[in-house]
Amino acid sequence: MRRYFDSLKIFWGTALAIQLEYQFNALVELIAMFGSLAGSIFVLSLFFSNGNQLGGWSWEAALTVQGIYTLFDGITNTFLRPNLGAIVNYVREGTLDYVLLKPVDSQFWLSVRTFSPTGLPEIFLGFFLMTWASFSAGANITVGLFFIVAFMLICGLIILYSIWFLIASTTIWFVKTWNATEVLRALLASGRFPVSVYPSSLRFIFTFILPVAFLTTVPAEVLLGNSPTSMISSSLLVAIIFFVLSRLFWLFALRHYTSASS
Amino acid sequence: MKLAGLSYQVARSLLSTQYAYMLEYRAEIALWALSGLLPFIMLSLWSNTQAGLDLGFKGFELSRYFLSAFLVRQFSVVWVVYAFEEDALLGRLSPYLLQPLHPLWRYAASHLAEQATRFPFALCIAGIFFVINPGAFWLPSLWILLLTWLATLMSFTISFLLQSLIAALCFWNEKASALERLLFVPYLFLSGLLAPISSFPPEVRKWSSLTPFPYLIDFPARVLSGLNVDVLGGFCIQILWICILLPLVIVLWRLGVRKYTAMGA
Repeated sequence: MRRYFDSLKIFWGTALAIQLEYQFNALVELIAMFGSLAGSIFVLSLFFSNGNQLGGWSWEAALTVQGIYTLFDGITNTFLRPNLGAIVNYVREGTLDYVLLKPVDSQFWLSVRTFSPTGLPEIFLGFFLMTWASFSAGANITVGLFFIVAFMLICGLIILYSIWFLIASTTIWFVKTWNATEVLRALLASGRFPVSVYPSSLRFIFTFILPVAFLTTVPAEVLLGNSPTSMISSSLLVAIIFFVLSRLFWLFALRHYTSASS
Repeated sequence: MKLAGLSYQVARSLLSTQYAYMLEYRAEIALWALSGLLPFIMLSLWSNTQAGLDLGFKGFELSRYFLSAFLVRQFSVVWVVYAFEEDALLGRLSPYLLQPLHPLWRYAASHLAEQATRFPFALCIAGIFFVINPGAFWLPSLWILLLTWLATLMSFTISFLLQSLIAALCFWNEKASALERLLFVPYLFLSGLLAPISSFPPEVRKWSSLTPFPYLIDFPARVLSGLNVDVLGGFCIQILWICILLPLVIVLWRLGVRKYTAMGA
């Protein structure tokens, strides 16, 4: 366990050092992040023009969903994309061999090897938006509720990670489709809006097949007091299913790994 | 006759080699096509809410608008800054600069070849859309198709020039592709990909019409879907933007090449 902790410290220390070399990029990313959030809120506001409601969601409630989406988008940009998006390069160049030979678990190494500090402000901003919007929506936030929502967000994170990892590990077979994660990103963007606004067929997909609902809508509903806190168990169940699936799939994929040029 | 090193023979062989190359990557290109599904997600939202009904689209006009937006986006995607950055970093740019052919022609050819490869996939996705949503089917006249093709080509040209401008900045800073993010954000929200421009508040609509973005997706999509649109005015503004951007790209590129020292020098 100690070894994992020490590795993590070295991984993230070097990642930070690399980023400090590119301070101009960090500034550009920061501006782009604010622009992107402003744009998202602008598009959301279009649905509320002329005093309309969005599928029974008030403006503040929909902003809570937007905040949680921003939080997860920040996590994606900080941790998931730099790490899981790189797996295909290891497969293509054959350097995955070295990863497999290391005395730490390969899934651990591939998942936390680096991080991109420029995504961190987005995580804070998302958290702030979620908290502020839910207070404005009149949510009655107790200590107990806070912990329940935090736990559900962690479940959401595990689901998000597992889906990303599942897609990223398919590159063991299909090296050419390195951009499969881009399709996933496009589909996950649907989490910006409450799932109840979509037509029933899409709602089914976003709940049971690609569980976007458990990432943003369900935690928001619980936070706003519109859903029973017992939803925590379904979040946990989905998280466990997806995590076990990603782990098993990785072990299965490794059995098919033949290294580059062989 | 040659235009910055481009003659008919050069153009033909560039396009055919790039097309053969792109065909090798058809699986990737199919996935890129799929990653453009955002307009359909937005369509399902707009068609399911009161705000969507308030837009004043009749019948299947909204479905047609978003399908058209999807198609226009498919044929105006530009990635020149990424290709250029990689070539500059890996030193491939140096031999390109020695050739009489302007390197931007090479990138333009690879974009056009990629669009040709993408064409069947985009048609497939449109076909699936009509199977799910048969009422929305329409067959634009030949005249409309011609106008759409022209408007999309212009939209592609504007995006290509905008990104080439950023690519030229790579001569000064090898990580200039980060600036592309600053271009993509207003593009995403103001081009009409997520919401028709007519849904914007009047103030925003006025200001956004001063930028090239609404003419990249909204204008060609309106032409294709047969919505009410000022065709002549739209084309004039597209040409205006090309006339503004083209000299800028040429000048900045010349200055940049003078600055260029090749990697490792």
